[in-house]
Amino acid sequence: MAIDAATVRKVAHLARIKTPEDRLEPLAQELNGILKWIEQLDEVDVQGVEPMTSNVSQPLRLRDDVVTDGDKVADVLSNAPKSADGFFVVPKVVE
Amino acid sequence: MTDLTKLTLADAVDGLKAKTFSSEELTQAFLTNIEASNPTLNAYVEVTADKALEQARASDARLAKGEGGALEGAPLGIKDLFCTQGVQTTAGSNMLRGFVPPYESTVTANLWRDGAVMLGKLNMDEFAMGSSNETSAFGPVKNPWKSKGSNADLTPGGSSGGSASAVAADLCLAATASDTGGSIRQPAAFTGTVGIKPTYGRASRYGMVAFASSLDQAGPIAKTVKDSALLLNSMCSFDAKDSTSLDVSTPDWTQSVGQSVKGLRIGVPKEYVLDGMPAEIQKLWEQGVEWLKAAGCEIVEISLPHTKYALPTYYIVAPAEASSNLARYDGMRFGHRAEDFSSLDDLYATSRAEGFGKEVQRRLTIGAYVLSAGFYDAYYVKALKVRRRIAQDFDNVWGQVDAILTPSTPSAAFAIGDKQIDPLTMYLNDVFTVTTNLAGLPGISVPAGLSADGLPLGLQVIGKALDEATVFQVAGALEDAAGFVAKPDRWW
Repeated sequence: MAIDAATVRKVAHLARIKTPEDRLEPLAQELNGILKWIEQLDEVDVQGVEPMTSNVSQPLRLRDDVVTDGDKVADVLSNAPKSADGFFVVPKVVE
Repeated sequence: MTDLTKLTLADAVDGLKAKTFSSEELTQAFLTNIEASNPTLNAYVEVTADKALEQARASDARLAKGEGGALEGAPLGIKDLFCTQGVQTTAGSNMLRGFVPPYESTVTANLWRDGAVMLGKLNMDEFAMGSSNETSAFGPVKNPWKSKGSNADLTPGGSSGGSASAVAADLCLAATASDTGGSIRQPAAFTGTVGIKPTYGRASRYGMVAFASSLDQAGPIAKTVKDSALLLNSMCSFDAKDSTSLDVSTPDWTQSVGQSVKGLRIGVPKEYVLDGMPAEIQKLWEQGVEWLKAAGCEIVEISLPHTKYALPTYYIVAPAEASSNLARYDGMRFGHRAEDFSSLDDLYATSRAEGFGKEVQRRLTIGAYVLSAGFYDAYYVKALKVRRRIAQDFDNVWGQVDAILTPSTPSAAFAIGDKQIDPLTMYLNDVFTVTTNLAGLPGISVPAGLSADGLPLGLQVIGKALDEATVFQVAGALEDAAGFVAKPDRWW
């Protein structure tokens, strides 16, 4: 499954990383090198093996559905690139 | 008076309790050493001198009253991926430059509860993605060790390069670190220090900047096995704020260090013999086997047949999780926001292109690719299945052995700039360490000897889940037998 510049453009968009046109081809080559190495996994027989998503076998804990935290507007906004009147300020989303 | 910065953590804690010296004196000694050394070594990205002295005085007040916790007055370095309230936390990235957490990570909160003093935040590979500390936005850390007859600057390994370098150069008594594929154990091996990654779920991930959540685990880098046990005691706890935190008690692991290993069965996995592995690594491993034999261990050859697939599995699982975790950096609520953009989408993409370094961008791209429609099953799900095979390999041998002995790394520390051409050569650094992350097992690196070039080499002990006690026991025996006392000659 060789990756070409067009695929890199698409994946870079999925990852929301702006990638200049002249970087697409070199990136494709790098990724192909890594993916080719990864493809040795095809040798492994995984018939009937359940995917392993976690090292922890315990079920997720549930807690009481009560408010335990909040009223921290200043804390929440303290690292915002832009904020005003207790809100995040973001560019216009709907034209 | 002796140089206080050369003390072990355990001896320093004892000296503070006995009032042989004060925490303020000890802290000041480290701050002086940092001031002289850090411009060269670049281990700290921020030194919190005022806060440190304030904490030290508070510790001295408690110690004067005969009070204080297990780490009372002990000055530590904190890897810059642990959120520290009111102190910038960057994870080595321009994306988080200027980010000041309004909350404290559970691991560091545990340390302050036990009386520790924070000297500052330690340099690291960007978002812990790297094995040489060269991906840091703050520049590479230098290893205090140098090869015999060469003046080349060496890497301290990564991603916890700042932690390892700071401990090796006596810029803190011990340091916190984190390990996703080997980021505690490889830098420990490269710097002649001890580093342990505990069982996944032992230390809370709350307030740790996330890389790959199913693999990330905090642990210490320290000067001795006992020091690492002492620090790990404090770092671990059950924490309701981390959904994968294990609700288990934390034993006092310092009690395991120095216990006889007689009768323990030690596995030696034949798959860890690599083609082209340097002879001195093989020799060190054989030496480790001999030491444990002499201490009364039974050596058992074991097979972990899926070992060679661990790295390629890791390079699907970790980037996939990273691509999901790092989606939060969109320039909206915190982190870097680009100034120039043409649309909302362009703002996301430009902020991320400006904020993330090259290696992070590479891994996020791989992650997005292996999770994308059409490739998800072939790459991601496949890797999760192989991951289970790797974990089963270990399950299959625990009936025959109590712990496993391997080298920590396939080489000694390398020069800065040496492995940047091909990402794959860099990835191979983690070949011996990454299996325990995938399987969630504890692993420790203990300095065991010097290479022909005079650089430290480490041996790794892997244990069963939640059996850090045996890991510390075996590590203590190796430390005793190796008698590793070498320190780097001060050139910085």
